Amino acid sequence: MDFVSLIAVLDSTIRLATPLLLACLAGLFSERAGIFDIGLEGKMLSAAFFSAATATITGSVGLGLLAGVAASMGLAGLHGLASITFRGNQLISGVAINFLAAGLTVVIAQDWFQQGGRTPSLLGAARFGPLTLPFAQTLRDVPVLGPVYHDLISGHTVLVYVAFAMVPLTWWVLFRTRFGLRLRAVGEAPEAVDTAGVSVTGTRYAAVAICGLLCGIAGAYLATALQAGFVKDMTAGRGYIALAALIFAKWRPWYALWATLLFGLLQAVALRYQSIDLGGVTVPVQLMDALPYILTVVILAGFVGRAVPPRAGGTPYVKEK
Amino acid sequence: MDVIPRWADVILIPLFSLVLAALLSAGVILAIGEDPVAAVKMMVNGALGSTYGWGYTLYYATNFVFTGLAVAVAFHARLFNIGGEGQATLGGLGVALVCLDLPWPHWILALPAAMAAAGLFGAVWAAIPAWLQARRGSHIVITTIMFNFIGAALLNYLLVNVMRPDGAMDPATRKFPPGTHLPTLHDILGLVGVPFSKAAPANISFLIALGACVLVWALIWRTRLGFQIRALGHSEPAAVYAGIRPVRIVMLTMLISGALAGCMAINNVMGEAERLVLNSVEGAGFIGIAVALMGRNHPFGVLLAAILFGFLYQGGAELALWTNIPRELIVVIQALVILFTGALDNMVRIPLERIFLTLRKRGA
Amino acid sequence: MEQHRPPDPAIELKGISKAFGSVQANKGIDLRVMPGTIHGIIGENGAGKSTLMSILYGFYKADAGEVFIHGQRTRIPDSQAAIRAGIGMVFQHFKLVQNFTVLENVILGAEDGRRLRPELFRARGALKRLAEDYELIVDPDAKIEDLGVGMQQRVEILKALYRQADILILDEPTGVLTPAEADHLFRILDNLRAEGKTILLITHKLREIMAITDTVSVMRRGEMTATVNTAETSPEHLAELMVGRKVLLRVDKPLATPGKTVLEVEDLRVTDSAGVARLKGISLNVRAGEILGIAGVAGNGQSHLLEVLGGIRPATGTVRVNGAPIDLSGRCSDGQSRRARGVAHVPEDRQREGLIMEFAAWENMAFGYHHAPAYQKNALLMDNAAIRADTVTKMGHFDIRPPNPNLAARNFSGGNQQKLVLAREIEQHPDLLVVGQPTRGVDIGAIEFIHQRIVALRDAGKAVLLVSVELEEILSLSDRVAVMFDGRIMGERQAAQTDEKELGLLMAGMHGGAD
Repeated sequence: MDFVSLIAVLDSTIRLATPLLLACLAGLFSERAGIFDIGLEGKMLSAAFFSAATATITGSVGLGLLAGVAASMGLAGLHGLASITFRGNQLISGVAINFLAAGLTVVIAQDWFQQGGRTPSLLGAARFGPLTLPFAQTLRDVPVLGPVYHDLISGHTVLVYVAFAMVPLTWWVLFRTRFGLRLRAVGEAPEAVDTAGVSVTGTRYAAVAICGLLCGIAGAYLATALQAGFVKDMTAGRGYIALAALIFAKWRPWYALWATLLFGLLQAVALRYQSIDLGGVTVPVQLMDALPYILTVVILAGFVGRAVPPRAGGTPYVKEK
Repeated sequence: MDVIPRWADVILIPLFSLVLAALLSAGVILAIGEDPVAAVKMMVNGALGSTYGWGYTLYYATNFVFTGLAVAVAFHARLFNIGGEGQATLGGLGVALVCLDLPWPHWILALPAAMAAAGLFGAVWAAIPAWLQARRGSHIVITTIMFNFIGAALLNYLLVNVMRPDGAMDPATRKFPPGTHLPTLHDILGLVGVPFSKAAPANISFLIALGACVLVWALIWRTRLGFQIRALGHSEPAAVYAGIRPVRIVMLTMLISGALAGCMAINNVMGEAERLVLNSVEGAGFIGIAVALMGRNHPFGVLLAAILFGFLYQGGAELALWTNIPRELIVVIQALVILFTGALDNMVRIPLERIFLTLRKRGA
Repeated sequence: MEQHRPPDPAIELKGISKAFGSVQANKGIDLRVMPGTIHGIIGENGAGKSTLMSILYGFYKADAGEVFIHGQRTRIPDSQAAIRAGIGMVFQHFKLVQNFTVLENVILGAEDGRRLRPELFRARGALKRLAEDYELIVDPDAKIEDLGVGMQQRVEILKALYRQADILILDEPTGVLTPAEADHLFRILDNLRAEGKTILLITHKLREIMAITDTVSVMRRGEMTATVNTAETSPEHLAELMVGRKVLLRVDKPLATPGKTVLEVEDLRVTDSAGVARLKGISLNVRAGEILGIAGVAGNGQSHLLEVLGGIRPATGTVRVNGAPIDLSGRCSDGQSRRARGVAHVPEDRQREGLIMEFAAWENMAFGYHHAPAYQKNALLMDNAAIRADTVTKMGHFDIRPPNPNLAARNFSGGNQQKLVLAREIEQHPDLLVVGQPTRGVDIGAIEFIHQRIVALRDAGKAVLLVSVELEEILSLSDRVAVMFDGRIMGERQAAQTDEKELGLLMAGMHGGAD
């Protein structure tokens, strides 16, 4: 592979890793607080649709982002209602939310736009445009560093930079703030939080809301930055890959970055090459597609460093006697 | 004492959930400017108004019975098998291999072999997540999700690179030979002189699905294995005390569950398509979740719920054909059913408990 | 000195009542505790002590009654309010985040600012001072999961003190402690009292009450039956107040006529999953027609012994039943293999292990015996009708009420649940019955019935191994008593030739004279 295509693949890796990263961090907030969330997919999908639809109608991508985030947070609220307030099964709630989004987005899209469950293509201000970082043009011709800076680091939409900035921010919030301490505690031992006089319900809702917010940005990115509009099922399993990445990352922010970059790379390679020839062995593209899941299963199996989820994860908090 | 009597728990709560889901769906139909009453009429007409409609309704129901039973059996051991989709996909592979690679003189021989292969492949696809759950404590929900995707990728690879006939464009196997074609309900009912649509895909698999319901019922409530599955599902420490081996029961439960999901392939792959195509399962594995939840994990509940969803699918197809309501409305209904019967169960249950408490106080 | 008005009580409760459904957990409780004292609250399991403390800590809302803290009427709707009122609570089951450090656990919920670092810094200093003042020495950077229970308890106390608590409630604090740890805890409590803190100590152990408290209240069936000065009472008097009648009631039983040896245990060793040695070479035997009682403070390996004998836990060493060794290693060792060898096991916790609470009584009657030939219709199916009929018979034998085989186990009272388990195990006519805490949380009437049944089994020539933390029960039922301490048998006595005092010494790990 030559340098130019390497840069191209890496550039595409960043673009493809961005929604995974946002969704993965979203899941991280939720699951660290003890709320399992397999509804990342559905929240992203609803955000993708409502951001694209709003951007289409208003012509403003900013409003689109807001609408997407609102839709995602609405579903997050539903998940909170089911799993926190009504102490329901978090996994089933997540499944339901995925279907709800898959169905509603198409039904509404068909009603609003009559284009077979898609939105019209977004143009101009209805879409996030690339940002050119300072000196990108100037440094362009510097060997190696120039293309890396100009083609790889510069020239992404603002949401890409937001996503990457979320990694240190998430780390800081979780490990350096009072809120983070309580959030992690509520995922490990809610009874400790409760007896310390802090609301378990409130902390968990806050975590679920952040999850909704980040999923919303992820979905909006898909429809208004990575692509130009919404199409049916456009998340294409990204929510589940993010979930896999979250396990792969063992619920840690920096690991989440590496995991999603790895999975993004796999997607980028699969997108660019139909099959890869590794010294006589041909790797089919389907293997590249399946690799994130296979890797996650291997991690889950505990063959390569065990992934221990938050202790109170998946169980509703019931005050004991 | 239990606040809610058993009959209410079994009938009223799913019914309430269904009514809630129906009301919300009606709201959605209204919101997109269509008439819910007319929509229901059209669905009833399309799905139940003709033997053609019934043929499709029962065809879909057959799929959902298998996947619903798969989820229900696992639920009894408190295992959430969300991998019916992948297991049914692999079941399809098993059916295709059996049907294509052996010379079958008659379906009566091919069907048991295909079922065995479908069950085996489905069971194998469930076995790995089951083993990981039983031995390594990996959450079965996550691993079965992963295996859905891995299964889809595997089938994609096989269909594109291996099983596709030379020169064919679409990723699918060649047609199965006539010796494997299953009798349809038209053929079967014709034997006793009942006219039934020739075009509908419902076939003998429906009868096998009915048999599977009875077998699963007997398994869960009449056999030692079922006893052990239910005991383990309720309390693992107690099961261990009683000498029930969790690893063994988890494995057996998931093998049965995977085999049931895999057996769906005799309906959609062998009975209907008569060849293996990409995404032949079409989400039936996930509908199994809704069916099992709605049917309260009881085989007869599963059967009723499967027929209901069969009706919704066929009716939904009719709606999509004649109105502006897309098929995805059914996915919304499915989501609402899962939500109310599965996740928001307490939202329905708590008010109902209050009503029963008041009734009892007044009665006392 | 001029005349002072007597200080307001640190805690005053007036007419506290609380019901759960039809069960009255607390009935018109009045209590006054003066500042700078240690006040004991003593009572049997289920007497309502924990409920009362939960009300005081804002976990439950009382149905009626008032709380005064230092003379001020105080409403305590939640834990936050309790903390604000200066109340700290050390729960029986610690409320700690296992993978957090001590420091993080201490500040959780008591952080002043939004950022952690200054808070952690401040807490480190505070912890150091508290450690010096009260002998509360813990490594602030250790993770909870790496600490022993005694240390974890100190963290709980530190949590309360860091929140400026001046009233400290301890719920059964010594249940999980070794005697040395318990002694250290009492020194800490002494220091706290010297600093003017008020301490409420909830326990059912008379010895602790006598050792450390200034005043003591006795609870029985939701009521506060007496409050006395510790110096003016005796353990016997308190015990009588607790159970409401003369204790030391011995079961009338004929002299044992032990036959051949049924159970032989030699050098039994167990190491748990955390790598801690739980049984350190147990040897004992039980003969037909006798009851061997295993006494000991909870957590000294009795549960592990029961689990090994019941086939739940693998072990090393030798166990012979009727002369033939049984497999202890795991693969072919489970509850089924034990039952096949004539060993019946009544587990310590009937709700967690002994019963499936959602199963009907008849299903529970087959639980563990679901392979029994009498319960099978044919090679494939179980004979549910036969099991139902059998259940009705056995419910009659054990006077289980209501005698409805279709009722789910959770709908029976504690005593009837326990009878269900005993009926199932005893009526299988085992050669050896291994029974743990047979009367825990069971009402008085059922206790007598259960005791009679166990003695009857002995008199039928069966061997019984009884584990109980109730010394009373051990002494009244057993023919011989072995005392366990720290995974070992400290000594064995003929029940008729020993008393609580001697056994108590053994239970505390002290050799009471020659064996």
